[in-house]
Amino acid sequence: MIPACRLVDLPRGEAYRLDIDPPVSVFHTDDGEVFAIDDTCTHQDASLADGWLEGCEVECPLHASKFDLRTGAVDAPPAKRPVRTHEVRVEDGMIYVQLSLDAPNLPPCVAARLAGGPA
Amino acid sequence: MVGASLAGLSAARSLRRQGFDGRLVVIGDEPHRPYDRPPLSKEFLAGSLAEADLALEPDEEDLRAEWLLGVRAVGLDGPQRAVRLADGSEVRADGVVIATGAAARTLPGTDGLAGVHTLRTLDDARALRDELALGGRLVVIGGGFIGAEVASTAYALGLDVTVVEAAPTPLAGPLGETMGGIVSALHADHGVRLLCGVGVKGLRGGSRVEAVLLADGRSVGADIVVVGVGARPCVEWLAGSGLALGDGVTCGADGRTGLAGVVAVGDCASWYDPRAGLHRRVEHWTGARERPDAAVTALLAGGAVEPSAPRPPYFWSDQYGVKIQFAGHAAAADSVTIEEGARDEHNVLAVYRRSGHPVAVLGMNQPRLFTRWRKQLAAAA
Repeated sequence: MIPACRLVDLPRGEAYRLDIDPPVSVFHTDDGEVFAIDDTCTHQDASLADGWLEGCEVECPLHASKFDLRTGAVDAPPAKRPVRTHEVRVEDGMIYVQLSLDAPNLPPCVAARLAGGPA
Repeated sequence: MVGASLAGLSAARSLRRQGFDGRLVVIGDEPHRPYDRPPLSKEFLAGSLAEADLALEPDEEDLRAEWLLGVRAVGLDGPQRAVRLADGSEVRADGVVIATGAAARTLPGTDGLAGVHTLRTLDDARALRDELALGGRLVVIGGGFIGAEVASTAYALGLDVTVVEAAPTPLAGPLGETMGGIVSALHADHGVRLLCGVGVKGLRGGSRVEAVLLADGRSVGADIVVVGVGARPCVEWLAGSGLALGDGVTCGADGRTGLAGVVAVGDCASWYDPRAGLHRRVEHWTGARERPDAAVTALLAGGAVEPSAPRPPYFWSDQYGVKIQFAGHAAAADSVTIEEGARDEHNVLAVYRRSGHPVAVLGMNQPRLFTRWRKQLAAAA
């Protein structure tokens, strides 16, 4: 489990980005639930932590695909693939993330960079 | 569904999602399944995105539609709701969604001159990409978003680029004079020549273009010319259908037309904007994705539903590595203020206001702040 941040430091409606590779973001919804998903939109290199959080969905800040924080599912293009979801636990006021073992669905440009190719 | 791009596909999805279970026919004049156009001037043109990456349909999607691709619609019998196709056949329907989009405007007298391009379709982008790969001197006619994105991509590919814009400031329409000036300064910052306030008289060349001739007598040498002077709605085929045609198909605030069972969406449709009290044809990607849902609701309900207020229009552009985002209507503003960042650092966040109330927001490399302002605009709308 990776410690992310303290729950009191993450107001409802806000997101916290864990700067790991690839980055993961923790969302605190307006209803008080906490979710963690891959931070990078599966369409292009955009940070979902910068996106528009509404209910249990976050809309990519660039191109309007919405991801379900519970399942990672995407609603409509331009993104076509879901984001990975990660398990979240809150203990003693601290938010912990258990990273998924699945392969991430990164956009082509980011996947190429991580593979050591041209950006 | 007449039109098989983003607006047509979005309408088809909305129909299925809203429970329509009947026969669904999608007619498209291009031979391709729906693909994403914004990358055509950016990553696809640069060669960093492949054709397969442009597909708008995930592999597992099945809309149970019949796709009639590569065949143009040439007429609509309004009362019968019969669409006539270029191959002489006809499709009759209970409901028709018009989503025929827009076509790039061209310069008169440039047909058949090699090296002269417009950019709207996948085929256009393939042809331009192949020529840009050879390098040389590119002249872009028109400093709007398409022109600026092509210039930016070509600059990154190492071409010698000049942009010619007839207006004193590029992007003054969508962004206003001040911010249009700041965004278009990206050209000069990267060593791309920007010639403003001068029209184009014509092109010189025998079988292939050699130069762009300007109205003030200058001539700019060119191996490749891209004409980015806007788009016109594809509605000629609707002449005589009984539909009201102005700048596109004239529609209500939910895409309904004057004909029962016929709605229009996307770049070819001019929807009524109740807040502004006028019809607007919005050519944004997000409009083509979001608005068909309302139009389909109206189509299925026969107009019994009050249309909900749409979000403020939103668009983006990528130029020289800078993410440009805009939401709202610049023309409505009486002031514009830079709230964050600096123009030299290409990270400006500017808010447009009318009588002190925000009506639009522009971001350059400010996605997080931009999203906050965009939400605020939507809440106030």
